[in-house]
Amino acid sequence: MGKALAIMLVLLTAITVWLFAGKPPLWFPENISTDGAMIDAQFARTSVVVGLGFIGVQLALAFAVWRFSRASTTRAAYSPGSTKADAAWTIFTLIIFVSLAITGERLWSRLQLISAAAGASSVDPVRVNLVAQQFQFTFHYAGSDGVFGRTAPEFYNDAMGNAVGLDPADAAGKDDSQLPALVVPASRDVELTMRSRDVIHNFFVPAMRIKQDIVPGLTIRLHFTATRPGKYEIPCAELCGNGHYKMKSWMIVVPADEYAGLERLSKAELRARVEALLKP
Amino acid sequence: MADVIEPLTEDARHGPKRFLRRYVFSTDHRVIGIQYWLLALASVFIGMALSVLMRLQLGWPGGHFAVARFLFPQAAPSGGISPDLYLSLVTMHGTIMIFFVLTTAPQSGFGNLFLPAQIGARAMAFPVLNMLSFWLTFLSLLVLLAAFFVSAPNVIGPIAGWTMYPPLTALGEITGPGQGTGVVLWLLSISIFCVASLLGSINFITTVLRMRAPGMTPWRLPLTCWAWFTGACIALLSFPVLLAAGILLLADHLVGSHFFIPASEYVNGQLMTADASGSPILWQHLFWFFGHPEVYLAILPGMGLTSHLLSTFARKPVFGYRAMVAATVGIGLLGFLIWGHHMFASGMSPYASAAFSLLTLVIGVPSAVKTFNWLGTIWRGRLRLTTPMLFSLGFVSLFVSGGLTGLFLGQAAIDIPLHDTYFVVAHFHLIMGVAAVFALFAGTYFWFPKMFGRMMSERLGRLHFVLTFAGVYATFMPMYLMGIAGAPRRYAFHYNPATGEGLQYLAGLVPVTRFVSYAAFVTVAAQFLFVFNLLWSYWRGPRAAANPWQATTLEWSDVATAPVVHRGAYEFSVPGAARDFRMQDEPTASPSGQ
Repeated sequence: MGKALAIMLVLLTAITVWLFAGKPPLWFPENISTDGAMIDAQFARTSVVVGLGFIGVQLALAFAVWRFSRASTTRAAYSPGSTKADAAWTIFTLIIFVSLAITGERLWSRLQLISAAAGASSVDPVRVNLVAQQFQFTFHYAGSDGVFGRTAPEFYNDAMGNAVGLDPADAAGKDDSQLPALVVPASRDVELTMRSRDVIHNFFVPAMRIKQDIVPGLTIRLHFTATRPGKYEIPCAELCGNGHYKMKSWMIVVPADEYAGLERLSKAELRARVEALLKP
Repeated sequence: MADVIEPLTEDARHGPKRFLRRYVFSTDHRVIGIQYWLLALASVFIGMALSVLMRLQLGWPGGHFAVARFLFPQAAPSGGISPDLYLSLVTMHGTIMIFFVLTTAPQSGFGNLFLPAQIGARAMAFPVLNMLSFWLTFLSLLVLLAAFFVSAPNVIGPIAGWTMYPPLTALGEITGPGQGTGVVLWLLSISIFCVASLLGSINFITTVLRMRAPGMTPWRLPLTCWAWFTGACIALLSFPVLLAAGILLLADHLVGSHFFIPASEYVNGQLMTADASGSPILWQHLFWFFGHPEVYLAILPGMGLTSHLLSTFARKPVFGYRAMVAATVGIGLLGFLIWGHHMFASGMSPYASAAFSLLTLVIGVPSAVKTFNWLGTIWRGRLRLTTPMLFSLGFVSLFVSGGLTGLFLGQAAIDIPLHDTYFVVAHFHLIMGVAAVFALFAGTYFWFPKMFGRMMSERLGRLHFVLTFAGVYATFMPMYLMGIAGAPRRYAFHYNPATGEGLQYLAGLVPVTRFVSYAAFVTVAAQFLFVFNLLWSYWRGPRAAANPWQATTLEWSDVATAPVVHRGAYEFSVPGAARDFRMQDEPTASPSGQ
């Protein structure tokens, strides 16, 4: 049985290494955000530590069950432990784990504090408001005047296409668009301001390495820059009710000049254009 | 039959002879321990049956399954598993497994059965309280299972996951099926469970502090006892918080308070709250302040038992006993400081995330120390690869495979893409689900002779181990990849190849999903070997000797008088000793012994 278990452990290690380090059948979607590459690099760094730990322990376990389960007439070695050994591997793992934590914290502050601060002070971000509800995302654009119309809960009206609750009396809202997809230009900072009408939802763009809960009662702002034009899915990633599995939208990244063209379109033209872009 | 253990059923030392008082409303800690163990065994099969239905739907979305129609004729009349039913299966599976299996069996089950015996006490400190704890737990399970029958037509419980995040769960049926009666039953059940666990933890703590046999100093306690003691402290400090949160959410649900409900909730065309000012995030803080210590409560007894069994079956002392104790207590303490790592994506302050992230990686250190010491324990030992030993070795392997990925999830920046994906599902199933269940298997094979006076079949046990070990890896390792690919959890399906519905970027997931389903079915089927082994051995197993494993701790002692402890718990292969083990209560021939 010792040999059988040792072989199982070696096989487990080999298959796992082949699956994750060789040619994984599934992996992150290709990154299209300016910050995503840093996250992928930190994932790779952590993979080295995790991978070495995994291989080391599984193989040590395999060796031990192979080597020490043989019949023997002598007794086991009597060793109740060693304070030195315990101190050594406590300090060793503490150094490794805390170093890893520090690299992780540097990245976190880069993403959450430095990038976000840079985004907040960026002169000309693309401003979009997102309103989430069971089970749809609605993206609110300010239109040609660049000013968002006033919104309030009493104006929510899905049948009239007013999911974000635009006040019909507010002139600034006349040219506002409410779109089923997020359309942004490539290589420009986007400031997405998120609210939920009902329960907690989540804005997840796997290709951007972005995920943020949308919490009712809170207004949460997110900054990001997409680098490559294309269509990327936005699944909801927080259980929001029985239709959770079908709550999704698309992020459509277009070249900067094409986006400038979109900005000049009328509300109806823009809507038609976005619907055309959404067609597979 | 002098050296044969009197099975529990023939024991007549304790007073009342009437069946009801002896076996049902018993105050005997061993009967209560077996009651908890049976409750967990029944629960694990219910939870597993639910997971089979989930795997069917995930592998073959939209399919019709006779087994679904058979199990839930109301909710799945055509055998199809609707998204509604799927999500209620998720909720009930998680709740049953976490509360009624992983919290109940290792701590209350084995703890009640063997903690008093291992410390040399005749009973638990508060026998009546103990009985009350069990029956409250049982009531709690019944209340939860009632949700199978009284929820909305096409669900069998709440649609909320075991985390019950409001406001989805706070507003009633208007937010969807299962959010009415299902949620109320869930909250009632868990509130009762909290009270039961609280009473149980007081009992455990008092018993360890006050009822140890003469000579049983803290440094001579078996590591299982340290784990149960630490687990009880965790329960004492964390369950009251969940109880309070549960009562507040129940109040939101039933009497219209707004603890977790913010202003301007607009649901299903209706403006629900104009003037509320509650916070959904508050629930997350309260829930995870309980929830994270809870996962350590589930795994600590498994860690203690693994140390215990590796030592016993390697015929070597536990390597670094004091470091193991320190790691156990350290995990218990640090476990209270890292709840926020469940909330990196919640909108919590990024400064809080930074602190939780650092502390989360630090808690990896005591876990790593344990792993090193487990390897140190078996190194140069004389391994006896009995079934309990196999499951303990499996525990170490699974604990590492599940635990190391915490290094990804603990870093806030990497957690963001992985949060709420199958990566997390793989992580916690391996470490707190399957590893803990491996410890339960190990404990059952190990203590079965003590529980029922007979040995379990080793041949069946080995087969059970091999199939389960391979099966759980085949089930959960691919889920890491699914999570990396961005597959969100709690989805009724990701991509339906028949209709093209679902997330397009996950179209490549289909073969992996099916592979996982097949692996899960094989694993589930293998568990019937275990049940067969239990039943067969109960009636037909060979009679057990007093100390069949040649273990050292007091539960195996056949000394009739009150025990006196002379040495530590892991005196194996002591040079110069007559045998390769010395029991804790074995009198020392020469006074030079420890």
